[in-house]
Amino acid sequence: MPSGQFKTSYSEDIKIFQTLWAKSWLWAFLVFLVVMPLFADKYTIYMSNLVGIAVIGVLGLNILSGYTGQISLGHSAFLALGAYCLTLLTLKLNMPFWLALPLSGCFSAFCGLLLALPCLRLRGLYLAIATFAFYFIVEYVITHWDSLTNGTSGLTVPEPEIFGLAIDSDIKLYYLIMALAALSMIFAKNLFRSEAGRAFIAIRDNDIAAEVIGINITKYKILAFMTCSFYAGIAGALYAVTLSFIGPEHFTFLMTIEYLAMGLVGGIGTIAGTVFGALFITALPEAIRFLRDWLGNDFPFLVSRMADLQSSIYGLVIIVFLIFEPSGLFGIWLRLKKYWLAWPYSYNK
Amino acid sequence: MDSIELTILSQLVLSGIIAGSIYGLIALGFVVIYKATKVVNFAQGEIMMLGAYFCYYLVVTHQIPFLAAFVITLVFSAVLGIVTEFLVLRPMVGEPTFSVIMITVGLGTLLRSAVGFIWGHDNLALPAPWGDTTWDMGIMAVSPAEVYTVAATLFLLGMLWAFFKYSKMGLATRATAFDQRWSFLMGINVHKVFSLAWALASVVAAVGGVFLAFMGGLEPNMGFIGMKVFPAVVLGGIESIGGAILGGLVIGLCESLAGGYLSEWFGSGVKELSAFLVLLLVLMFKPYGLFGKEEIIRV
Repeated sequence: MPSGQFKTSYSEDIKIFQTLWAKSWLWAFLVFLVVMPLFADKYTIYMSNLVGIAVIGVLGLNILSGYTGQISLGHSAFLALGAYCLTLLTLKLNMPFWLALPLSGCFSAFCGLLLALPCLRLRGLYLAIATFAFYFIVEYVITHWDSLTNGTSGLTVPEPEIFGLAIDSDIKLYYLIMALAALSMIFAKNLFRSEAGRAFIAIRDNDIAAEVIGINITKYKILAFMTCSFYAGIAGALYAVTLSFIGPEHFTFLMTIEYLAMGLVGGIGTIAGTVFGALFITALPEAIRFLRDWLGNDFPFLVSRMADLQSSIYGLVIIVFLIFEPSGLFGIWLRLKKYWLAWPYSYNK
Repeated sequence: MDSIELTILSQLVLSGIIAGSIYGLIALGFVVIYKATKVVNFAQGEIMMLGAYFCYYLVVTHQIPFLAAFVITLVFSAVLGIVTEFLVLRPMVGEPTFSVIMITVGLGTLLRSAVGFIWGHDNLALPAPWGDTTWDMGIMAVSPAEVYTVAATLFLLGMLWAFFKYSKMGLATRATAFDQRWSFLMGINVHKVFSLAWALASVVAAVGGVFLAFMGGLEPNMGFIGMKVFPAVVLGGIESIGGAILGGLVIGLCESLAGGYLSEWFGSGVKELSAFLVLLLVLMFKPYGLFGKEEIIRV
């Protein structure tokens, strides 16, 4: 904690911005986000869109797994549900985009409710398996319900339009995604300053103790599942718009692994860590591609095995972070901050 | 029921039993690791796959006779299990379940991609040492691989059962499963028990992998069968060795019959789906599986 900061009331303790500095840095970051597309090239903007979508998706996963402690191996199923719901609503019913987007989040949340019902009494291994089974079922329905989802051939996503303004370029999409990502962050941050958020954390830390002190576990577990799947549904819908074409191959089990890796790398159970994790994992393939171009002349087989290289690095990143840095990049950031606050009299164990 | 229908039914039942034996073998590995170390190994299918690929590497690339290659594969798998336990799982002792599950999921991803990286994504065939012969069993023909699979499953089941029941090390393993800290205090070498459990589980998995390769060939996604084994594990109860095999057989039969009779109406994937539907239904009413012990959790 910075020196000279003395808290005299509870409301001061849960303030989002503890210091003026923190607040001004955030404003500087927001200004940077707004101005960035004016200077960046098309590819950077596209990648930023993917990061923004990942932030929304990982926030959802973090609410369920990081804060409520419920393991989910079915996250990509919720993204798929959101993506397909938005596409079908706008494609088949000609529904306006501004209505279809929240509706696809709600549809995904409803499916989250359906999954939560059998999962209420499960924990650990059994929960992981049940959510995996859910992923499997969703994948099966999408692949086999040809008349609705067009099976493995996929669907073309119509160009979104908000009140007459067509979102026809990556830059316009960028502002939409960043606005929604910022909204998601604010909501998540405030959720954990509220009663519901504290109930989530209590369930994670010890669900029986939480029940004993009067927290309605059933209600809050269902709520956590629904919030998580709502976030994932919105992220999936935006993902569909960004790709402008979706098929079952975009929502594989590897996608779940990718999201879990983002959560773990950023720091599970932190809001700010989500951004670090999403940035790190989305930028990772770029780093690998750079490495490949650099080494590709000497080792030509690297080029053809790019996908495997990438997913093996996801696996490696998960293992390395869990063993050596369980609190993730956010933990490293906190340690650095602490170190420099007390510098030169830093105490490091 | 006329004779054609009877033949179809018996074929479906037989292929269900064979698939169920493979599931049972992988489930056996899960149970051994869980019994000893309380770790749920989501990478079991990938360890199985690596065993199969290693055998392929010896037999096809280096032209080593099958029996010798098989023995080397088993040794390799045992070493792989011990090394994995030491490098990846040992640092996680005492961490929350979430982290332990995640680290095995990461391990599975790493192994699967490594295999894809080294051997590519084409379906490779492991030539069987007994050639293309089939044995006539009256109503239908079976291949030797199928018979050996069932035999190997029964054999390993018997061996493991005897190991846990009669050997000193097996007793130590059961004690460790019951309470790690107390076993440690009573002088049991818990680290050795952990290594042994992983070695055993990997060897059992490798046997399953090699037989699976005879029947369906090799591809990097065959490790996903490890995920499909979870319904078997949950059905049979994760603590019970006999239950693992029984669960494997039930799931194998269920899949085979669903594939035979339901895919007309629901399409080709219904075979795999049926196992997971059964699983969700069971978990809804019995959160610890059919034969699982209900854990009493204290605050």
